[in-house]
Amino acid sequence: MAKAKVAFFDFTCCEGCQIEMTNFGDAAFLELLNHVEIVEFREVMSEKTKEPIDIALVEGSFTREADRKRLEEIRNRAKIVIAYGACAATGGVNALKNHMTDYKEDVYGKDAGMPHLDSQKALPISAAIKVDYCVYGCPMDKYELLRILSHLLHDKEPVIPNYPVCVECKRNGTICRYQEGDHCIGQVARAGCGAPCPADGIPCEACRGFVDKPNEKALKKVLIEKAKFSEKRAESKSRIFSANLRSDAQ
Amino acid sequence: MKKDININVHHLTRVEGHGNIVVNIKDGTIEKCQWQVPEAPRFIEAMCRGRHYSEVGRITSRICGICSVGHTLASVKATEAGLGIEVTPQTKKLRTLLKHAENADSHIVHVYFLVAPDLFGAPSVFPLIPTHTDVVKRALKLKRLCHEWGSAIGGRTTHPTTVIPGGFSKLPTKNDLEEIKAKIVAAVPDLAATLETIKSVAGNIPAFDRPTEYMAVCSDKEYGLYDGDVQTVLPDGTKEKYDVSDYRKITNEYVSPASTAKYTKNKLESYAAGALARFNNNYDLLHPEAKKVAAELGIKPICVNPFMNSVAQVVEVVHSVHESLRILDELIKDGIKEEEPIKPTKFATGASAVEVPRGILFHEYSYDNEGMCTKANCIIPTNQNHANIQKDFEALVPKLLADGKDEKQMELTLEMLVRAYDPCISCSTHYLDVKFVK
Repeated sequence: MAKAKVAFFDFTCCEGCQIEMTNFGDAAFLELLNHVEIVEFREVMSEKTKEPIDIALVEGSFTREADRKRLEEIRNRAKIVIAYGACAATGGVNALKNHMTDYKEDVYGKDAGMPHLDSQKALPISAAIKVDYCVYGCPMDKYELLRILSHLLHDKEPVIPNYPVCVECKRNGTICRYQEGDHCIGQVARAGCGAPCPADGIPCEACRGFVDKPNEKALKKVLIEKAKFSEKRAESKSRIFSANLRSDAQ
Repeated sequence: MKKDININVHHLTRVEGHGNIVVNIKDGTIEKCQWQVPEAPRFIEAMCRGRHYSEVGRITSRICGICSVGHTLASVKATEAGLGIEVTPQTKKLRTLLKHAENADSHIVHVYFLVAPDLFGAPSVFPLIPTHTDVVKRALKLKRLCHEWGSAIGGRTTHPTTVIPGGFSKLPTKNDLEEIKAKIVAAVPDLAATLETIKSVAGNIPAFDRPTEYMAVCSDKEYGLYDGDVQTVLPDGTKEKYDVSDYRKITNEYVSPASTAKYTKNKLESYAAGALARFNNNYDLLHPEAKKVAAELGIKPICVNPFMNSVAQVVEVVHSVHESLRILDELIKDGIKEEEPIKPTKFATGASAVEVPRGILFHEYSYDNEGMCTKANCIIPTNQNHANIQKDFEALVPKLLADGKDEKQMELTLEMLVRAYDPCISCSTHYLDVKFVK
């Protein structure tokens, strides 16, 4: 059987999910190359192709109308499009500016009005093209990506969890952040990461987005009552990585 | 013979982020010679406003996935300066160890995966897998080691979890440190092999000198990375120190009509940041093993060939490995003390400078009395190098023309020059995306 042709593309992001690809080590990475052929990956390759590809892995958000054409070209060439990493899957941290109106002035001051600084709302790439699968997370979990690729290469449907991060903390035996006098939004966050953040002593901030139908009102109430957040802070907490998934998303 | 040359490299490969090279030569006259940066702006600093001080480092970390450890460290250091927090010696030591892991990690990726293909005459690392299997395996092994080394301290290497204002949310155990030490010790022979590999292809590094100013973090105690003041060195060896809080005066961000990126300058028309700038400023404080490697690779301060930045990175990997083994021995001997993160004593403005793999990085934040951020500013090394790259282009293109290089050779040399700086363009938070008339 011919190896699946895989290509990597990047849009507005930090490229940290690409870097995760280099962390598999020699054995796992070279084994992966026994099953897929990487035909395009600008950050590490000068080779390019115009040929059809089996799987396109797209990183980064859709933030400029000018990028729509490049996304459409990728879609036209690829049998399967995977949005990998929070920026591509949900807009991720880039969407944290979507509710603001003065972000250009804040960063560029008097130059803010220059036309080339144009930036629209940060959106998932699914706002421009059809996406078949998402690898959530900031950064993505490199082993989840492998699992999804492996499923696709074996004609199986990948399973993406739709239960909250709290389930994984219980499974790990991690003490709840609220018990430690902290806050957390793992109650509404999509699991699948293995809950490394609470295990490392910091709150879950829902970088994988929300479970379906998150109870936003209850989340706010818990942040105010249990974590003693101000109304304003409780209201905006879940914007950090999941602004586009909130019911007030613009 | 008068030549026509047209180079138009759109979205240069094997660099982080998006950059273009445009050179137009007509009848032997250079009409245009530009390094352009069309990266999409992200406005991360604006996003920090209204965020609690405990959250800010996790937002600015996302400026760059490759230097996310350095961004996190610069962020918590600036926040700590603003909040009147003095961290413990143990915290400083662990953070320095983490910083070494990141520098070694990023340099391995740059030297092996981004630069080496040019020196081996390959378009990427992939064709080298069958022809240079051991080299590729060694690169992947070293990359994995640095990832495990950083994760042992920071929780993970892409957007670390445990580094928080005041200290650490979770400390490594003595056992963790012993394990990582054993892995680093086992990798020392791979450094010798790396040196041999680089020596075998070093003859392909272009000879090109252009004296400039070099800026780096500088400390009396150690080769400046995590801790210290700011220093610059001029080609004649003149050094000057600056206080971190004066960072705006020494970076002088300005807009040039000829450039896509915001430029910076200090004493000269541009300055350089990165491994070569650190090497030129802080050579005396390198570990003896790193000095040996520098001698073998034929690099000594003040080196003014920008292509040698990749060689300085190899020297730094050796330094980071040996210096980290020393720090690890100290930490293992003393044992890890359980320490609660230090609490804020005030809410004001604070700045920091930390060396990330690509050079000196500045962060600054202001906080209100609730500990919420009111203003953030980050000046990233790649931004500081854009002007220097442009000035290199302006000196290098006439030289290549005079040397009789053809279009393909010129294009490759310019690509190699940009790659030598190891630019991290999605990091470059402040730039202006100017469209050029074609």
